[in-house]
Amino acid sequence: MSSALAIIGAFLLLSLTLGILARRGRTMNLEQWSVGGRGFGTIFVFLLMAGEIYTTFTFLGGSGWAYGKGAPAFYILCYGAVAYAISYFLLPPIWRYATANHLLSQADFFAAKYTSRGLGVLVSLVSVAAIVPYLVLQLKGLGIILSEASYGEFSPAQAVWISTAALVFYVVVSGVHGSAWTAVVKDVMILGVAAALGLYLPLHYYGGYRAMFVAIEAAHPGFLTLPAHGMSPAWLISTVLLTALGFYMWPHTFASAYTARSEGVFRRNAVIMPLYQLVMLFVLLVGFSAILRVPGLKGANADLALLEVSKATFSPPVVGVIGAAGLLTALVPGSMLLVTAATILAQNVFRSVVPGAADRTVSILAKWLVPVVALLGVWLTLRPGNALVPLLLMGYNMVTQLFPAVLLALPRRPLATRAGAFAGILAGEATVAALSLSGVTLPGLLPGWPALVTDLNIGIVALLVNAVVLAGVTLVTRAPARR
Amino acid sequence: MTEHAAGAARPARAYHWLAAVPALCLLGGIPFANRLEPFVLGLPFLLFWILLWVVLTSAVMGLIYTLDERAARRSGGPDVAS
Repeated sequence: MSSALAIIGAFLLLSLTLGILARRGRTMNLEQWSVGGRGFGTIFVFLLMAGEIYTTFTFLGGSGWAYGKGAPAFYILCYGAVAYAISYFLLPPIWRYATANHLLSQADFFAAKYTSRGLGVLVSLVSVAAIVPYLVLQLKGLGIILSEASYGEFSPAQAVWISTAALVFYVVVSGVHGSAWTAVVKDVMILGVAAALGLYLPLHYYGGYRAMFVAIEAAHPGFLTLPAHGMSPAWLISTVLLTALGFYMWPHTFASAYTARSEGVFRRNAVIMPLYQLVMLFVLLVGFSAILRVPGLKGANADLALLEVSKATFSPPVVGVIGAAGLLTALVPGSMLLVTAATILAQNVFRSVVPGAADRTVSILAKWLVPVVALLGVWLTLRPGNALVPLLLMGYNMVTQLFPAVLLALPRRPLATRAGAFAGILAGEATVAALSLSGVTLPGLLPGWPALVTDLNIGIVALLVNAVVLAGVTLVTRAPARR
Repeated sequence: MTEHAAGAARPARAYHWLAAVPALCLLGGIPFANRLEPFVLGLPFLLFWILLWVVLTSAVMGLIYTLDERAARRSGGPDVAS
């Protein structure tokens, strides 16, 4: 076993121990397990949300995109800031309503606000569908880290199986408390590792940051600005809007808003979080520094850039610490995603089908669904395909379609009707499915239109369809003689 | 359950619109800031432009937070310190 692998194993044991300790002395009902008893203060909610937001996607996907695509990767720096500004106004009313009505999940919010069990089930299915690519992303990341750090001992497929087993075990013993504690360790690690690598590698290999960018520009002219077509400014702006609006629409981020002790937590987080976003800069710098050092990683293999450049630079024990940081960035969000998907399927889907089910039954079912969802994730992960960033964007396309219905539900009395919300979400998801499954692109659909239109992210196009249908159906179905 | 006591909704205020300014400048400026030079702090100009507005987002949200806390204290709002 390489020393890198031993270090990663030690960190895995540490996080399992933290998970078990966090659970001791508490009886875990479903509310404890999934929303932590609603007792978390600013720091914990901050870490929990950061734990979900700064994932393998950041660590490997962000550096991989900087390596493979260049300037389009800058979108990763933008959307968090826009989302945090929105969260200042969006999260407090959601938290107030959720706390007053003892809601556990995002689907509960829709079901209660629109007094429609059916809408709750639709949202549940949409959000589980969106979680799946996000979970696959974490598993792919775990697989990459383990197989790279084993220096060839484990194949990527074996690494995916091992890490999934660890993830499932971790989730079943610890629930959300384990996530919050491991998030503390993880955040210290990723901050330290990302900052150290991002600051050191450009200096070490190029003598400076500007020198590095000049060298990249010389080797790949235009790589550091957005192209006129394809991933153009229109693509970046629409992608940032899509991801910023969808940021808190993920069922796990939406529900982690329920873990807060007071709404002031969100306002303070909205001030601090944009600065935390700067960690991404370091990650991008790592990706850029790898371009001329470990050239030739094509397609999805660009996600290996961070670990490959680390291996080319450092000894195995250092690679082990870097890999351990990566492991935690996958473990914390991965555990949240699994808990969320399992809870949604048990609480929101099963309970709607079997309304008389006892709390205990639902709770047990939720725990048993964890390995089931994980197996589905493994199956999808082992299929050849996507790089990490497109997987996340696929999830965002789906999950952002919930935004209009959430926004219009914020007033005491929702501004959209039940039928309007239903139709809007369905229309949005149908548009996403039609455009992504058929492989039709906007330039192909609208030949001769300017890049300003054809480069738009398809998720934004679907969001427009969604909003128009929602508004139309709401106008038609609203009782004409209301007050 | 007292620690969970939910405050009433805070009133919307005109200065809340300030929150939109960083996002509008960040995104609206992209087509104009999409250039390599001048380098600022060693970074390509586009990257610098984005970072600048990320930091200013935090500053603007801090300003709004301060104004909101002051207004809440003045009216004896429920969520001053928690």
